[in-house]
Amino acid sequence: MLHIINKSPFVSSTLETCLEVATGGSVLLIEDAVYGAVAGTILEKKVSAAQTKLKLHVLGPDLEARGMSGALIPGVEKIDYAGFVDLVSRHKTCQSWL
Amino acid sequence: MKLGIVINEGPYQHQASDSAYLFCKAALAKGHEIFRVFFYHDGVNNATRLTEPPQDDRNVVARWSALAQEHGIDLVVCVAAALRRGIKEENLAPGFRISGLGQLVEAGIQADRLVTFGD
Amino acid sequence: MSGDTIKKFLFVNRKAPYGTVYALESLEVVLITAAFDQDVSLAFLDDGVYQLKKGQNTKGIEMKNFSLTYRALEGYDIEKLFVEKEAMEARGLTKEDLLVDVTVLDRQAMGQLMDDQDVILSF
Repeated sequence: MLHIINKSPFVSSTLETCLEVATGGSVLLIEDAVYGAVAGTILEKKVSAAQTKLKLHVLGPDLEARGMSGALIPGVEKIDYAGFVDLVSRHKTCQSWL
Repeated sequence: MKLGIVINEGPYQHQASDSAYLFCKAALAKGHEIFRVFFYHDGVNNATRLTEPPQDDRNVVARWSALAQEHGIDLVVCVAAALRRGIKEENLAPGFRISGLGQLVEAGIQADRLVTFGD
Repeated sequence: MSGDTIKKFLFVNRKAPYGTVYALESLEVVLITAAFDQDVSLAFLDDGVYQLKKGQNTKGIEMKNFSLTYRALEGYDIEKLFVEKEAMEARGLTKEDLLVDVTVLDRQAMGQLMDDQDVILSF
């Protein structure tokens, strides 16, 4: 399954819950959730550890809009909207964690 | 692939409608079909033709209308959510139609994937 | 309409009631989905568990108390209600605090429930 997150992990527990609940598949960070993909934050360890069971992606245009195109957590893949479409297509279901 | 899209937030206040629009454009460019875009909750505010954004800003509503016209996309606004928020036939932007929640469920059944954009 | 296709729909509720409209409008979709004879389940995670709290009284805020609708779901053959164990415990709640009978799942089991669905709607 593809899990889509759009909340900043600094104000919402959404990313944390998702990383614990998700059994496998992919996670895509969009909108304010992109801050969770950035290297050097207090969350890096937790996000990075989730990569043993989940493949993490982040939406590039949302990173760039926020001036966050610097270093990402190693392993997190930056994609564009076309890549977003491919992710949806590749997984049987998707869930937006609103 | 046949895609259903759900939008739960209004324009300008939240990025949901922008993200959904850019997603739809990318999907269409890849040859996928947008089976339906369903507007729910405050998302129904994407359907008003009374909106007048400043000239240097994107026109979220007009952009949806244009995409619908160009690609024959079914833009459906939930009737109960719309009436609660003053969206009616008389102020509906081109390409949108008002219908029931059954249209959302049908999109879930008919589409290969249902992607939600909201808060 | 949609022929004989029956899909597994899961409604994921993660928001508290009244502060925003999502919980109420989510219930409306749940009822319609059941009317389309689909296989419906509801999951309550994080603040969503507050939607099921007993004793809601909305008189003072002049809004409709829709919590009674959860009790009526059985009449629409919607009987699969799942609550996240960790969310309930974190909020100091037990099954006895909830106004309907639910199945309590830990986060891992909740993830497996999600994997088993065709359509997931989250409001």
